[in-house]
Amino acid sequence: MELTREEEKMFVGENGEGIQKAMEIVVALGKIYNAEKLVTVNSVQVSGVSYKNLGDAGIEFLEEWAKKGGKISVKTTLNPAGMDLENWKKIGFKEEFAKKQLRVIDAFKKMGISPVCSCTPYLIGYLPKFGEHIAWGESSAVAFANSVIGARTNREGGPSALAAAICGRTACFGFHLNENRKADFVFNLNCEVKDFSDFGALGNMIGKTVKNKTPYITGVSETNQDNLKVLGASMAASGAVALFHIDKITPEARMKNMINESAEKITIENLEDGYNSLNSKVNEIDFVSIGCPHASYDEIKKVAELVKGKKIKTELWITTSRYTSERAKEFVKIIEQSGGKVLNDTCLVVAPIEEFGFKNLATNSGKAAFYAPSYSKLNVRFGPLEKCINAAITGRWE
Amino acid sequence: MKIGGRIIKYGEVEGEAIVSAEPIGFLGGVDPDTGIVIEKGHSLEGKSIKGKILIFPTGKGSTVGSYVLYRMKKNGVAPLAIINEECEPITAVGAIISNIPCVDKIKVSNIKNGDKVRIEGEKVMVD
Repeated sequence: MELTREEEKMFVGENGEGIQKAMEIVVALGKIYNAEKLVTVNSVQVSGVSYKNLGDAGIEFLEEWAKKGGKISVKTTLNPAGMDLENWKKIGFKEEFAKKQLRVIDAFKKMGISPVCSCTPYLIGYLPKFGEHIAWGESSAVAFANSVIGARTNREGGPSALAAAICGRTACFGFHLNENRKADFVFNLNCEVKDFSDFGALGNMIGKTVKNKTPYITGVSETNQDNLKVLGASMAASGAVALFHIDKITPEARMKNMINESAEKITIENLEDGYNSLNSKVNEIDFVSIGCPHASYDEIKKVAELVKGKKIKTELWITTSRYTSERAKEFVKIIEQSGGKVLNDTCLVVAPIEEFGFKNLATNSGKAAFYAPSYSKLNVRFGPLEKCINAAITGRWE
Repeated sequence: MKIGGRIIKYGEVEGEAIVSAEPIGFLGGVDPDTGIVIEKGHSLEGKSIKGKILIFPTGKGSTVGSYVLYRMKKNGVAPLAIINEECEPITAVGAIISNIPCVDKIKVSNIKNGDKVRIEGEKVMVD
């Protein structure tokens, strides 16, 4: 692999140990994937922030790297943490977990990262440009940035994204290269995909089929930012999709020759398989969670309209970023008046849900519904927002 | 026998080989407090990789595995070095952040359990 003179200096430690470690990681990954060079990145999103995933070893690692002078050199945000960083006590997170989580955040702060903890940085001012090289970690954000924006990132692991943030570079392979951005599968939809949960069910089906390959989807007539957000999230959960194209909708689908000649063609007649595989048979609901990926302003508004003047019976969480809930203040108030909770900085997938004792979850997210049975030991009901909020009010899935 | 590989993490060490013909996943696969392989049904189940030159074809499983290697190093139960056929990001990142010498592009079948192995950068000597 070719390193520039400056990169060579960083690699041998002339700019300090923190940068050297970062370069070692980036270069090793480049070697493994036969990269010819590094590329500079303009923004980084670091996954591996929740103490639930990091454990004590992760904390020690981050603290040591911070001590050795690991400082970020590009705009960097964090994935959701394991709790609301301010309101954790009121919501019911345990002190022991909170202490560890705050140590994680402190280590990131020492590296110069401001604790913007969200899986949707693109909704809150960290919007990359078409063709821009970035190093993002959160799988749903990777799918969105690559597919909907046309920026370029691989699915970075926790330490590799942090390494990119510190040395400002990542290895140039995979989705950074034109030739790897073509579709390997073509899905033709013969059914309507309208609701947010439809897009989650569709993503679940496609992800299972394509695994880490790239799908090209035709037959989607109408969509919006939130639906594209959950489509990518769901594909990245049931598979490891980092990039998708939708005919007439996503930017690279408009370019020529974006489908490999050998691409397999599949027709989807209905979304039954997606809905069935994400649904259990429980009818009593004690926990409803909305906001995976983090709820947008519009989603918070929709929830507020549905719960206004009603009384919530189950636990209801709307998870979002601190910035979005601040913007949607008036709706947050309505949700809280009905007995629901709006949690910042965290989400269902990375919070220590098992400590809360919930049993049966209702969600409209194809990603949350995919992970909740294994990560959080919950039975799941998956469907449209209206059904989920109804379950929050009645305690039943109807 | 002297074999040339590719450096993932530079180091010079000598030790006893422990060989797995199947992939290893560190998260849930190895106990970070003892260095004993705990994955059910794994060919190394119940064996300790502490202080050994660990040879396996490639890594598998959760990316948190990198931190498990780091924790093993902190606990003094990490392998002395790692040799892979094809190193993947979990093992590579784990080896780098834990300062565990790591070489790949070496066929697992070249080395047997108990062999004395010496690593010098990309060179691997097997007795």
